[in-house]
Amino acid sequence: MAFIMDIEKDYLRTDLPDFRPGDTVVVNVRIKEGDKERLQAFEGVVTRKKGGGTRATFTVRKVSYGVGVERVFPLHSPSIESVKVKTRGKVRRARLYYLRELKGKSARLKTEQEGE
Amino acid sequence: MIEGLLGKKIGMTRIFVDGLDCPVTVIKAGECYVTQKKTRENDGYDALQVGFGEKREDRTSKALLGHFKKASTPCLYHTMEFRAEALDAFKPGQKINVGGVFKVGDFVDVAGVSKGGGFAGVIKRHHFLGGPRSHGSMMNRAPGSIGSSSYPSRVFKGMRMGGHKGNRTTTVENLRVVGIKEAENILLIRGAVPGPPNGLVIIKKARKKKHSKGV
Repeated sequence: MAFIMDIEKDYLRTDLPDFRPGDTVVVNVRIKEGDKERLQAFEGVVTRKKGGGTRATFTVRKVSYGVGVERVFPLHSPSIESVKVKTRGKVRRARLYYLRELKGKSARLKTEQEGE
Repeated sequence: MIEGLLGKKIGMTRIFVDGLDCPVTVIKAGECYVTQKKTRENDGYDALQVGFGEKREDRTSKALLGHFKKASTPCLYHTMEFRAEALDAFKPGQKINVGGVFKVGDFVDVAGVSKGGGFAGVIKRHHFLGGPRSHGSMMNRAPGSIGSSSYPSRVFKGMRMGGHKGNRTTTVENLRVVGIKEAENILLIRGAVPGPPNGLVIIKKARKKKHSKGV
């Protein structure tokens, strides 16, 4: 195992900010169209972080035109240009699956107060 | 140039190659030593005998001990011959570096002893589909017909049936080398490789697929 962690170390990203489930983030993804490259932003709530090493992923949920959309990103993928944290959410669970059942006002999360 | 090496399977992980996710097997192909040179004059063909996996001297038979002493290498678990060219570059006792044999982008064939599965039926062993499970069916996991009756009056050789699964030498062909760490003799090979972690694997240049140029 030590060997494998050693190899994965070269592929881990350290430039991403620390974020947790409950946080609202904007993920900028590199998209290749032919030989052109552009950025696409995906903004939503982080509902889950899982896995370790290069296998780690996180899930972002947003509601688009009334339809819930969840997208899973590999945390260390080079196709993620950047992750920006917009607000820090105050949640008591590691996996926010309960958000799938909620709509509108009740689907909001408390935000963490600065300096608290 | 030597056509292959011996190594130890470490395990699997995934890395990112050109921005894309890539499943890889980590293989430690070293330290590999040249234990004997076979030359055209002496043996009728050019080859190198390569040894891998150090072991204690008191675990080595006297016959092998002499063989390793002659090549001035440590005592080794495994030795195997590989065809080679330009033998002058090699001498017995020399370590072989992975970087000198493979490069990123090469295609390789990897052989190993597959994981044993014990006595298994045809569904697990040969991926038969089995029969219907309900509606009174009595053909659940049975193999079905294994041939015709009066002609040929026998079961053809090689008919797939239940039996011991795995634990035999298997080769996976045309796997791509996606990474090399020369200092640690580590190869990253795209895809899966037969055998358990810590199992011996034989890595050879691909027999059927041409080597790609560059990366």
